[in-house]
Amino acid sequence: MAIAKPLKFDTLVQQLKYRVLKEVAADYWDGTLEEKKEGIPKLISPGPKAAFRCCVYKERAIAARRVTLAMGGDKSNPNMLEVIEEACDQCPFGGMEVTDLCRGCLAHRCAQACRLNAISFLPDHRASIDKTKCVNCGMCAKSCSFGAIVNRRRPCESACKINAVKPREDGITSIDEEKCTRCGQCSYACPFGAIVDKSFILDCIDIIKGSDSGKAYKTYMIVAPSISSQFHYATLPQVVSGIKALGFTDVVEAALGADLVALNEAKDLSEEGDCTSSCCPAFVRYVETSFPELKGKISRNLSPMAAIAKYLKSIDPNCKTVFCGPCIAKKMEAKRPEVSPFVDCVITFEELQALIDARGIVLAELEGKPLDNASYFGRIFARSGGLSDAVRQALKEQEIDFEVKPVQCSGLDQCKMALTKYKAGRLDGNFIEGMACPNGCIGGPSCLTHEVRDAADVDKYGHESKETTIKEAVASAMADPKIASID
Amino acid sequence: MDKIELAICVGSSCHLKGSRDVIEALRGEILKNGLEDKVELKAAFCLGQCGHDGVSVKVGEKILPGLTPEKVPSFLKEEVLPLLG
Repeated sequence: MAIAKPLKFDTLVQQLKYRVLKEVAADYWDGTLEEKKEGIPKLISPGPKAAFRCCVYKERAIAARRVTLAMGGDKSNPNMLEVIEEACDQCPFGGMEVTDLCRGCLAHRCAQACRLNAISFLPDHRASIDKTKCVNCGMCAKSCSFGAIVNRRRPCESACKINAVKPREDGITSIDEEKCTRCGQCSYACPFGAIVDKSFILDCIDIIKGSDSGKAYKTYMIVAPSISSQFHYATLPQVVSGIKALGFTDVVEAALGADLVALNEAKDLSEEGDCTSSCCPAFVRYVETSFPELKGKISRNLSPMAAIAKYLKSIDPNCKTVFCGPCIAKKMEAKRPEVSPFVDCVITFEELQALIDARGIVLAELEGKPLDNASYFGRIFARSGGLSDAVRQALKEQEIDFEVKPVQCSGLDQCKMALTKYKAGRLDGNFIEGMACPNGCIGGPSCLTHEVRDAADVDKYGHESKETTIKEAVASAMADPKIASID
Repeated sequence: MDKIELAICVGSSCHLKGSRDVIEALRGEILKNGLEDKVELKAAFCLGQCGHDGVSVKVGEKILPGLTPEKVPSFLKEEVLPLLG
């Protein structure tokens, strides 16, 4: 018998979050959460010695906040991300600083590189930066042969490419609610696990239990294509079996929704002449809040998640749909008026893992069940460039004479650049593929793994599709691509 | 009279077992028998009969597993036509 590979997390932060989610899910399933929730922090940090903070009491206080977040978080806060103040380590944020590595050389390339004359030299010959002049451009750091100048920014702040994350006056990090797109990159970046997404794992359990094994209504879990790169210790068919063992009627690929979107979006693009994608909810929110004049240029198609959920509800209006993916922004998208009638709940891969383990389901021991609804092109939406490839293919398959010139952006910094050009009428292309996370959805904050091989795993999974064209995948499901339209 | 609804499973397992061919065969057979106005085809996801060979179809409240394109003519004759009275 093969030895079961242990569950692997990128970091201890993810593991802690997972442990809390698992405890909360297990107790809620058993109906004992109300009486047991106070005890969960002590389970996480049994003491008497602190495992990773200054004392067990701080660890437990933070764990208690994690329990609240696992139960849905602060309902009065509309953001899907919350800062756990007790967990924020108030990392230094001094901007450009000269470190001890400065050797007091003669070349003074740093001073030459600084156009604002912010660099002078101390009596011991070492460089010093005048903070009143410095704008943190980083040119001095690039010029130094010793790498002696660093930009001291908080990981959360650096991860937010649109400056929505900033320290408050008291040093605790805060999120600008208006600006924030809920992409969640700050949450993944924080080494102290102080920025956490609200969980809807309890709603998911309610949906599963309420279905009474499909007797009351059917439940469908819609899985994002990036699932193929997530569960390295089990096969994808075993993950599908695990989801069914939780009580779901069936597991359906969001990638089939992507196929629907690709066909419809290709048509719309050829008619409009130019537009941006609408698949990534964080990108859509970014356009709406920071480039409102481009709102009308966002494709009028639902996201793949919403499109396939709409299809499921069209053939079974009583069913319940739960989306599972790597994305925090999807939790926000599910609350949008054009999406909420179709998507009942959103959880992440982290939360799915916790739920499966809370139920004592051992994936590696299960007999696998297949997952095959979508085409290769629907599946590669998960990585940067995949959406553009799919739209190009959809134009070809539908014999539409239109050349798509995609501008692929992954990460909000790239999106910002493309949108600025688009606004000025200087975009070198006619279609912006906007994704808020680096490398696309495989770089999503709630992925269990973020590895170099993830993109290759997604492509490999794509090639395993039974259907080789988008049209065939859609025809096999008896779906009409028009269902992807918002209007 | 209401149309008889045939829900064909297009879930992963049935999809791989050829639900698309079954759908095509049903469409052909329905046309051949002039039943377009009486029988309606729609999709369903897992009907809980993955263990069988062939594709699952739901006729009214009855779930019938194991349909293949070859069996479509006899399936229509035995399971659907009687319902049309």
